[in-house]
Amino acid sequence: MAKPFRETLKTKDFIVTAEAGPGKGSNTEKLTEHIELLKDKVDGLNVTDNQSAVMRYPSLGTCLLIKEHGGEPILQITCRDRNRLAIQADLLFAYSRGINNVLCLTGDAIDTGDHKEAKPVFDLDSVQLIHLVHTLNSGKDMVGNELDGGVDFCIGASATPSADPIEPQLMKFQKKLDAGVDFIQTQAVYDMDELKRFMENFHKMDHIEGVKILAGIVPIWGAKMASYMNESVPGIYVPQYLIDEIDQAPKGTKAAKGIEMAGRLVRQVKEEGICDGVHVMAIGREERVPAILEAAGI
Amino acid sequence: MVIAERKPLGEIRNMLAGYKRILVVGCGTCVTICWAGGEKEVGILSSQLRLASSKDGNELSIIEAVVERQCEKEMVEELRDKVQEVDAILSMGCGVGVQTIADIFEEKPIFPALNTTFIGMPEAEGLWTEKCGACGDCLLYWTGGICPVVRCAKGLLNGPCGGTRKGGKCEIDPEKDCAWVLIYRRLERQGRLDLMRKYYEPKNYRAVKRPGKVQAMQA
Repeated sequence: MAKPFRETLKTKDFIVTAEAGPGKGSNTEKLTEHIELLKDKVDGLNVTDNQSAVMRYPSLGTCLLIKEHGGEPILQITCRDRNRLAIQADLLFAYSRGINNVLCLTGDAIDTGDHKEAKPVFDLDSVQLIHLVHTLNSGKDMVGNELDGGVDFCIGASATPSADPIEPQLMKFQKKLDAGVDFIQTQAVYDMDELKRFMENFHKMDHIEGVKILAGIVPIWGAKMASYMNESVPGIYVPQYLIDEIDQAPKGTKAAKGIEMAGRLVRQVKEEGICDGVHVMAIGREERVPAILEAAGI
Repeated sequence: MVIAERKPLGEIRNMLAGYKRILVVGCGTCVTICWAGGEKEVGILSSQLRLASSKDGNELSIIEAVVERQCEKEMVEELRDKVQEVDAILSMGCGVGVQTIADIFEEKPIFPALNTTFIGMPEAEGLWTEKCGACGDCLLYWTGGICPVVRCAKGLLNGPCGGTRKGGKCEIDPEKDCAWVLIYRRLERQGRLDLMRKYYEPKNYRAVKRPGKVQAMQA
């Protein structure tokens, strides 16, 4: 049995999480392979929720798969596809099946995905969602009705160290901390000086006691992919020097180079103690995560 | 004001298929200002319909008219004589105008020539932008007079999403400013950033029960 993530946050020096990215369709073979491969190498496995607004196998279903295979799932919930009733119901279901960790997100805009004509919900925003989970944790629903059988979620949120301008992002981040979170998984960071500046800001904020920060690491596998991500993936900014580095790697060695570069970032976060851990998002290349961790000396 | 755009000619012609005598009605208020359904646009659309239908050898008989405000029953009533002469009405008013005409002349088929898009204002020559979502629960007092409900692509109430692009642009459109960055800059300039630190509770969607209804007493 995997250790509860809340325990890991309290006891482990360097925390590592990764992602299980569900695919489109009911075939869970590849997903299960990734879960089997990663479940014992990381402290928690996030499951994306219709990532990039592309319709996929659900976050809840994948979390159940992770549970069945003995891993520790982190349920990602976005505000894009469900209103407050549906979110609460999903959270009750999750907890009843042993899914005890939730990452509260706004969600990428409908326009970034493959169902561009869908109605965006956004009944709540990410800060309100964190408050909502606390309300459920207190034994009541959002309108004050008693729950017959409560929940006790370990609550996470995201932050964007590379935002420009950073000030409005930090103000929202403070609201998330005020609402009360156990951990933060940041959007992708590539520039460690930027991450250090973010951590300096974090240490000056209120309500940070016990909050663990995991730096988001998104490996790049080619110059084209990196440019595409800069253009199309919300919240990702790959610096040109890293695009050049992967571009200069000879053909056939790009995967190894990408692993080396991501491993280098993870190693730096760990060795310099910049924050409390990393969250590796390999976006469809989950099978390369063990090699990245190995390259980082983990 | 209400902003609208004209539907493509092909769509309008498809709607009118089978009708010979058409009353094209413009509106002298919002849609005149936004170049969608005023006197000039009524003339253009009528000419296009005449030309296209004569090419098909099935020329339409079109009467043109403009009502000062299509959303006022008394003003729409002035169309009665003209309505009697046609098989169908093509409204170039907003969705409210279309429904006002439909309610008064219940026996006549009515078709919308416009798509009503939003409540907004002129930003530059020929450019109108959305400003108000008519949410029934105005919060402009704590956002520096900038509405996040419609000007943020996700309608977020507690600050920007993580998808904001470099330079404070919107996740879904690099040309568009992030509403929350605009709010931040406005409040900073006013020395009122404390407003942005305040937690805003989930929105009350009962503030306007659809369909909305306001019963006011005259002062």
